[in-house]
Amino acid sequence: MNKSPSVLVIGGGSTGTGIARDLAMRGLDVTLVEKGNLTHGTTGRMHGLLHSGGRYAVSDQASAKECIVENRVLRRIAGHCVEMTGGLFVQRPEDSDEYFEKKLAGCRECGIPAEVLSAEEAREIEPYLATDIKRAIKVPDGAVDPFRLCVSNAASAVEHGARVETHSEVTDVLVEDGEVVGVEVTHQSGTGPYVHGKPGEVEEIYADYVVNATGAWAGQIGDLAGVDVEVRPSKGVMTIMNTRQVDTVVNRCRPKGDADIIVPHETTCILGTTDEEVEDPEDYPEEGWEVDLMIETLSELVPMLEDARTIRSFWGVRPLYEPPGTGTEDPTDITREFFLLDHADRDDLPGMTSIVGGKLTTYRMMAEKISDHVCEKLDVEAECRTADEPLPGSEDFSVLRDYMEDFGLRSPIGRRSVQRLGSRADDVLNSIDPNPVVCECEAVTRAEIHDALDTAGTDLNSVRIQTRASMGNCQGAICCHRMANELAPEYDEDIVRSSLDDLYQERWKGERHAMWGEQLSQSALKHMLHATTMNRDEDPAASDDALDFAAFDDGNQSEGGSASDGSSGGAVADGGRVSTADDTGGADGDN
Amino acid sequence: MAITDDVLVVGGGLAACTAALSAAETGARVRLLAHKKSTLRQASGLVDVLGYAGGDGPFAEPYDGLDALSDDHPYHVVGEDGIRDGLRLFDEAVGDAYQGGHTDANALVMTHGGTMKPTARYPESVAPGLASSSGDMLLVGFESLTDFDAPVAADHLAAANVPFSVRGVTVEFPKSFRSDAKVTRFAKALDRDESVSGGTVRSDLADAIAAELDGETRVGFPAMLGDDHDDEVRDELADRLGVPVFEVPTGPPSLLGLKLEDMLFDALDEAGVRISTGNPAVDFETEDGRIETVIVDQKHRMTPYEADQIVLATGGLVGKGLDSDREHITEPVFGCHVPHPEDRYDWSEPEAFGDHAFARFGVVPDDELRPTDEDGAVQFENLRAAGGVVGGADVAREKSASGVSLATGAVAGRLAGEEATQ
Ligand SMILES: Cc1cc2nc3c(=O)[nH]c(=O)nc-3n(C[C@H](O)[C@H](O)[C@H](O)COP(=O)(O)OP(=O)(O)OC[C@H]3O[C@@H](n4cnc5c(N)ncnc54)[C@H](O)[C@@H]3O)c2cc1C
Ligand SMILES: Cc1cc2nc3c(=O)[nH]c(=O)nc-3n(C[C@H](O)[C@H](O)[C@H](O)COP(=O)(O)OP(=O)(O)OC[C@H]3O[C@@H](n4cnc5c(N)ncnc54)[C@H](O)[C@@H]3O)c2cc1C
Repeated sequence: MNKSPSVLVIGGGSTGTGIARDLAMRGLDVTLVEKGNLTHGTTGRMHGLLHSGGRYAVSDQASAKECIVENRVLRRIAGHCVEMTGGLFVQRPEDSDEYFEKKLAGCRECGIPAEVLSAEEAREIEPYLATDIKRAIKVPDGAVDPFRLCVSNAASAVEHGARVETHSEVTDVLVEDGEVVGVEVTHQSGTGPYVHGKPGEVEEIYADYVVNATGAWAGQIGDLAGVDVEVRPSKGVMTIMNTRQVDTVVNRCRPKGDADIIVPHETTCILGTTDEEVEDPEDYPEEGWEVDLMIETLSELVPMLEDARTIRSFWGVRPLYEPPGTGTEDPTDITREFFLLDHADRDDLPGMTSIVGGKLTTYRMMAEKISDHVCEKLDVEAECRTADEPLPGSEDFSVLRDYMEDFGLRSPIGRRSVQRLGSRADDVLNSIDPNPVVCECEAVTRAEIHDALDTAGTDLNSVRIQTRASMGNCQGAICCHRMANELAPEYDEDIVRSSLDDLYQERWKGERHAMWGEQLSQSALKHMLHATTMNRDEDPAASDDALDFAAFDDGNQSEGGSASDGSSGGAVADGGRVSTADDTGGADGDN
Repeated sequence: MAITDDVLVVGGGLAACTAALSAAETGARVRLLAHKKSTLRQASGLVDVLGYAGGDGPFAEPYDGLDALSDDHPYHVVGEDGIRDGLRLFDEAVGDAYQGGHTDANALVMTHGGTMKPTARYPESVAPGLASSSGDMLLVGFESLTDFDAPVAADHLAAANVPFSVRGVTVEFPKSFRSDAKVTRFAKALDRDESVSGGTVRSDLADAIAAELDGETRVGFPAMLGDDHDDEVRDELADRLGVPVFEVPTGPPSLLGLKLEDMLFDALDEAGVRISTGNPAVDFETEDGRIETVIVDQKHRMTPYEADQIVLATGGLVGKGLDSDREHITEPVFGCHVPHPEDRYDWSEPEAFGDHAFARFGVVPDDELRPTDEDGAVQFENLRAAGGVVGGADVAREKSASGVSLATGAVAGRLAGEEATQ
């Protein structure tokens, strides 16, 4: 029997996982490596809009047509990752009629169902729209959960025999005799799921073909292979609100601009975004004025946003590409199309192709194109099946369940779980008993956490993106440590602690962009719970200094009685800590 | 007609209760005006006075650390005497329900996160479990309570080299509840000793733990051992197991915090303090630099409360005594000055447990705890502040939260009472 050709895919975003699934389904021997967890890159930091194509109907009709096709495909194959909210392009009095007409005509030309609504009709759908809006166009925009989408693609790839390694960075591209033959991978904690404290390991992986799907990082992989890939990373900010002020995607109907979309997402809605070129996709300024801009500009459409509570903000970097010599000044003018760069044709370096640009909405189509290309290179004849076969979780998702009865969960919790798990709900929710709620804001139960842990190792951020635990209003104040506790007894206490510290710090980072008003009070409460109640900031177990237990109150044990007498007790005046370092203990003595 | 008192305390938390008790001691006619339940329902129920300061600690005695606190710390306004007075009022209010008053030393109490922390007063039910007392320990957790994982907590304690052996077990609670049941539901089942097949909740639980007990001389549970009949629950379990049982303080909803709140309100009743709850103070009227009336929003009916002296004890950012928008931090009732950096990104640090400016936000007191304006001048002659609304302390990192409330409450209340009854 012939061994099937092997392909190594670099990058665990929507593009990379989509390619891994496609190629694995075609019978190839696929390995995917990702330096963080899945969605660590742009995919985990995008706006969550399942484009109808309406946004590009005037400026970029080719993209618009792809969007509406893939929008329909994803509803079919990824039902559990998509919420069909519908979308509105809203015109304000100062927005031009001409553009409105162009948008409408553009949608029709691209086959995007579009219907004009009066201001009144639009406000009937979205009552918080500004009272002075002029009219709107209704299109089939939706919300897509990029985390679930990627994880399902990876799961499907694994079901079809692929190997998926997260926390595994490509640190070199192996070139032999002028041809790419594989990569050197540095596993942060060995192979398999990430585990805190497990030592790293370097592995050379040889493959018949290498696909560079690292998005905004594609240039860096190019550098390792000695070829130029001219990505122009462009950052955008997104601000998350504490509730769904709108249930429909709300777009501003004017030529592309900043802060012109609101996407309802799970329990929140997300304001976005901006478009500004940056040097380094991993190190760029994240600034308060960008957040202010979101709130101020979008409150022109939905005035209540001005005083509403935001729970955090985050930034993502678009992997924009333009062919050498185009020289576009303004990143908003760079095309949203995707490009397949065959380094054999382009740079005389066979064995590797890079894929850059594009959108999440069209990830499957991009994956299909590149998989066709790889199959052609490897002389494999196999059909793409990804447009027809539902992702794990989206099979038979038509039967509505009686959540409460089936899983012993109260119906709001059951409903949320089933929405997330789709057709996997039965398997997952019945796997653990008792099955208490771990994250209250997002109604995530223990069973879901454990399901996510199967692939997450001890990376609680990976659990978070799979389940939404710690992503709600309290930003993990109540549940971070509960999530960490679920790692035991499989993992030891020191690992539980490190995982908790990592998750807590990650949550804090994004929260800082929302620290005013009610959310500042929420952060202060979180600080009290974790520093005051739990003393996690001064954990004696994390300190090198030994504690002099005898210097502290022993509950009057030595007196053999209960506390009542004001004069006894084991008090000492010289501080309770035995210093092992050159600590001066400056606060000693009485005052 | 306005309601008239000598001293009006605005707030309903630890600071407000202490201020009211302290003012009542001077013979003043005192009213406590509280909008909502205080932060005590979220608090552990422990009374921390001072554990860490200036990079040092844990202090074996809170008074060891006073010199290491920055000059603008509220403890420097009230002094060691103020702290002691606050503790005295507290001890008198709660009686035997709390321990730690027999010594100046801090106790090391284990937290539900498995760490230990230095604290000055702890509930009676917590006392047998001190990490600074000896005796091998068995910790018990429940499958369906995710907040406390007993084996993890035990290993965590052991990692800090406690001078006893400690082990954790997870058992199933004798009765099952719905997936989002809180500790309060478990406590109720123990309170009522609800029956389960083959026995009752208490006896079944004791049997399950007896089977696990292996020479340990104390057994700890997350704080859920009963609510109204907690003594009875603990006694029965201790009896059946033959060793003392104790509780480990937990996060919200915190039964220990709720019980403390009840005790404080009972003490207020006993001291003759009038209590008005359910409505916020929203506005005030002044004359000659004095606050004459405080306006309370009683379901949109503005009701004036008159008093000779006012104590502001509305809490910090958590208790809603401080408010903010994207540019400003404000004290919403009297508009007291709250200094803060201009750029909101300087309000917090990137490190989760960093030296956050927001933690120290609050009004700036003069040496009589009267809030001052930008120029350091007293804002209202008859207004004093206590508790979380007072700035200058990072109570979370210092482990000084309740201590600051007790000390400032005691001093502000006494000064207000003395002034009013002069
Ligand atoms: C602000 C913003 C908003 C957006 N909103 C939308 C939207 O609403 N709808 C939509 O359809 N599209 C949207 N997009 C576009 C969409 O998010 C991206 O096109 C898409 O997610 C790109 O996926 P990718 O897999 O190509 O890249 P990525 O998700 O970035 O994946 C690349 C991966 O490669 C990994 N990697 C990098 N270097 C290495 C290495 N050396 N070794 C191993 N792995 C490595 C990275 O960690 C990363 O995970 C948005 C983009 C941005 C920036
Ligand atoms: C999560 C958490 C854990 C804690 N853990 C500990 C601990 O382990 N150890 C410890 O020592 N301390 C702890 N504390 C601290 C302690 O519980 C108090 O928060 C602190 O002492 C401050 O108390 P306070 O009375 O100033 O304010 P709060 O408790 O915040 O009370 C403020 C009161 O004022 C009322 N109020 C506000 N505005 C108005 C208005 N306009 N009109 C009328 N009333 C108003 C509120 O409704 C509330 O009743 C913790 C606190 C929190 C939040």
